[in-house]
Amino acid sequence: MSNFDFDIVWQNLPYLFLVGLRFTLTLTVLAALGGVILGTLLAILRQSGGPVLSGFVAGYVNLVRALPLVLVIFWFYFLVPYVGQWVTGSPRPIQVGGFASALITFIVFEAAYFSEIMRAGIASIPRGQSSAGQALGLTHAQVMRYVVLPQVFRIMLPVLLTQTIVLFQDTSLVYVLSITDFLGAASKIAERDGRLVEMYTFAALVYFVLSFAASRGVQRLRARYAVPR
Amino acid sequence: MRFIPLALAAMLLGAPAMAAELTGTLQKVKETGSIAMGVRDSSVPFSYLDEQQKPVGYAIDICYKIIDAVKKELNLPNLKVQLVPVLSSNRIPLMANGTIDLECGSTTNNVDREKQVSFTNTHYLTASKFVAKKSEHLNTIAELAGKTVVSTAGTTNIVQLNQVNAARKLGINVVPAKDHAEAFLMVETGRASAFVMDDIILASLIASAKDPSAYVISDDAFSAAEPYGIMVRKDDVPFKALADKATREFYLSPEGKATYAKWFQSPIPPKGLNLNTPMSAGMKHAFEHPSDNPDPASYN
Amino acid sequence: MGYHWNWGIFWEQSPEGTGTYFDMLVQGLETTLVTAALAWLIAFVVGSVVGVLRTLPGRVAPAIATCWIELFRNMPLLVQLFLWYFVVPDLLPGPWGVWLKQLPNAPFITAVLGIGFFMSARVAVQVASGVEALPRGQRAAATALGLTGPQTYRYVLLPMAYRIILPPLTSELLNTIKNTSVALTIGLAELTARARAVQEFSFQVFEAFTAATLAYLVVNLIATLAARWLEDRVRVPGFGKP
Repeated sequence: MSNFDFDIVWQNLPYLFLVGLRFTLTLTVLAALGGVILGTLLAILRQSGGPVLSGFVAGYVNLVRALPLVLVIFWFYFLVPYVGQWVTGSPRPIQVGGFASALITFIVFEAAYFSEIMRAGIASIPRGQSSAGQALGLTHAQVMRYVVLPQVFRIMLPVLLTQTIVLFQDTSLVYVLSITDFLGAASKIAERDGRLVEMYTFAALVYFVLSFAASRGVQRLRARYAVPR
Repeated sequence: MRFIPLALAAMLLGAPAMAAELTGTLQKVKETGSIAMGVRDSSVPFSYLDEQQKPVGYAIDICYKIIDAVKKELNLPNLKVQLVPVLSSNRIPLMANGTIDLECGSTTNNVDREKQVSFTNTHYLTASKFVAKKSEHLNTIAELAGKTVVSTAGTTNIVQLNQVNAARKLGINVVPAKDHAEAFLMVETGRASAFVMDDIILASLIASAKDPSAYVISDDAFSAAEPYGIMVRKDDVPFKALADKATREFYLSPEGKATYAKWFQSPIPPKGLNLNTPMSAGMKHAFEHPSDNPDPASYN
Repeated sequence: MGYHWNWGIFWEQSPEGTGTYFDMLVQGLETTLVTAALAWLIAFVVGSVVGVLRTLPGRVAPAIATCWIELFRNMPLLVQLFLWYFVVPDLLPGPWGVWLKQLPNAPFITAVLGIGFFMSARVAVQVASGVEALPRGQRAAATALGLTGPQTYRYVLLPMAYRIILPPLTSELLNTIKNTSVALTIGLAELTARARAVQEFSFQVFEAFTAATLAYLVVNLIATLAARWLEDRVRVPGFGKP
């Protein structure tokens, strides 16, 4: 406490924000988009795929949700190059950078959580709507595309966004790979200059302000966008 | 399936004979036009971040010599170098799974590791010791009994510490840290009584500490001076041969000695401190007779 | 450049000299379970108190509860652990900080407190929503019977609220178990950390992680089944499965 020095934060702001926070936010946005898309596909497959396929999806979702994210991050960091080799038929493990590896990890991990949200959303749409769609001659895919999913996204938007805030906080775990996300940037400076107290306090403050503002935003959205039923 | 990228590359490059001959890392580098270099955050002065957070250091300079040789060999003047941050704990699997092609840091070459990866010619020799605050009055390994002692996860040092702890029943509470900087901070902030690491790394950490006079390195060592090498993939003969040739020429040249002096006997970034560590007899031997031998005894 | 599998690795002696690699993982699992159990105890007790505060009449108590919840919910757990581990001891008066740092099992204590408080915010939200989900008449009826405020919560509101929120509480318990892995960043030798150590010593990445994965799955399964058994046992006749 004797030499609390916030100058160190000030001097390193460009690195913290332009390198660190930019990585964190890019990862959050892309992983949320990818996770929602993959999660929606999983939810549809689980609901309307055959018994084998939906069983497989259920197994996947439950497996991922049973594991700590830290373990999954380690798994993927080492595994993705081999999977890439297998998928592309390359003669050797393909090279995957830190960002790509983190992005794939978070998409695959968060998709399991997003798919549960989407599944709950799909289940909340009265079955009569699907029947009505089919009576109008729409295929199953068309019913999903034009009738069910637009409503699900609207009903579930606040929940999806809340999960995205969780994802934003979870991205800090790439720290364990020494990747320079926001926390990684803060810790690199903290360790280089021996300024743990200042850097970690500042990091905590930034995460708090961003998460708090975002969750307030979601609350207002929830009030405004509620579907009258 | 395997032939398609290879054949494509050969056609595009207009050098079918050469492309077909390449294997392993060299083939990959030729096809992708880039090479991935594993770098460290806080292995001063081997591989660490300067004030612009750019990786610099003695091992980085050596790696660029190897990369120059690769550029020449493959006729790729614009070879792209990707810098991948690695930790002691993940560098070996990341080498095996192709994330990095060269690891430029402070990696001890030993027989156990040679089962997984290979090393090019030795670039440094250092013994495993520990640092503690002077006020703790710790100087021998026996005095660590019952204390909390930190070391960096995935290093030979933590293995040696564990072995000594078990063999001599010292009851040391061994705590792993993510990297050297974090481990040293554990000592600085009083979280751990001592940090077991290679003495040169300890010396650089002390030199850059807020109060260097507060720390002391033990006389007792956990090991003889062991060789550091640049890590390459195992069983990749052509790439290792190229790296061996490049490093051999470098160590024998005046530039090699100048590079040593630049990092160990002159002010270095980020704070301009000077480690004042002239070459030991073993180091002189290692430079005059470049070798990738993992046996510490071979450098005497 | 393929990967060399060696499933026999678990039965080899680890360089720590305290047994096989398998023993290392078992010790890790024990640490995970003990840490999670104590953290959950804190989360449950503190979360219940904060959750109840949130449902009390007046403005002050709910405001305090909201501050607590927002504070612990809007920072990543990893950052919170760093605050407890690296920052708090330095902000305490000298001797206290030194005492805290030199506790022999500081990572364990930090992890229990840090994860406990982090999860308490989530438990509080569930408890509050459980109480709010009850018909308003219950509170009124309790008052009419002459029960005091604490008695109303103890005998009327909380018993039903806990039953309603049993499923989400179960998933928070599972989250607590999973979150212990974050504490490897402050040196806690829990299951994921031990799996990493096995990898670092033996270089057998995928065997080590597979073993840890299976252990987490089994723990998860046991906890889920236990929660389901509890749900069936405590169900109040006439109030179907919530």
